[in-house]
Amino acid sequence: MTTRLIYFAWVRERIGMPEEDVELPAGIETVADLLRWLQSRGEGYEHALQYPDVIRVAINQEHVDHREKIAGAREIALFPPMTGG
Amino acid sequence: MSAALVPSVRIQRQDFDVAAEIAGLTQGRADIGAVVTFSGLCRDERGALSALELEHYPGMAEAEIGRIATEAVQRWPLQGLTVIHRHGKIRPGENIVLVVAASAHRQAAFEAANFLMDYLKSRAPFWKKEHRTDGSEGGWVEAKEADAQAAKRWKSPSE
Repeated sequence: MTTRLIYFAWVRERIGMPEEDVELPAGIETVADLLRWLQSRGEGYEHALQYPDVIRVAINQEHVDHREKIAGAREIALFPPMTGG
Repeated sequence: MSAALVPSVRIQRQDFDVAAEIAGLTQGRADIGAVVTFSGLCRDERGALSALELEHYPGMAEAEIGRIATEAVQRWPLQGLTVIHRHGKIRPGENIVLVVAASAHRQAAFEAANFLMDYLKSRAPFWKKEHRTDGSEGGWVEAKEADAQAAKRWKSPSE
């Protein structure tokens, strides 16, 4: 299944693109697995995700924590802590 | 009464008119005794900042602020609630965010507006980038631990 990944703020800048569609390999079950897999995809990803604990994640536009299962996610967004308001 | 209230949430590039937003909630009714508004503005950081660039997550920004506003309506007896958050390039002195909470009595309106802002800061998907007056890019504004702590005080003991 194809999953759309969306990046914001410095995560977007470091990875070098606002979004991409990926085929997740078998064994990627949770958000934490996804972050680990992405880190292995190149320098930009490694730089963006070197401190995975600070990365915030939303699945289908709702906040989730890193233990969340990603099965069935259409859209997963990765971004830094928010600074609105 | 308040169960039927649907908060008005708008994410927009253009500015807003605070007086017009208050009038929008109060006009033609006589049951509102208190209106609290909070406006957040762009500071110039003692002349160092020329603009803030606000990036947002379209779709989720509306949805997340809608979820926070719905929670406020369930917790306090409100008669009106409007939340507006701007995105794009915003200059010092310009508006960024507006919360208008209307209620029969002041306490509910004060608390709901305060709750909305604390949650917005740490949960609404917006990110601020600084542009400096010397022409350099100031980088991304860092999230403050104080804002995350401020949001936590509204949690009930069971959460």
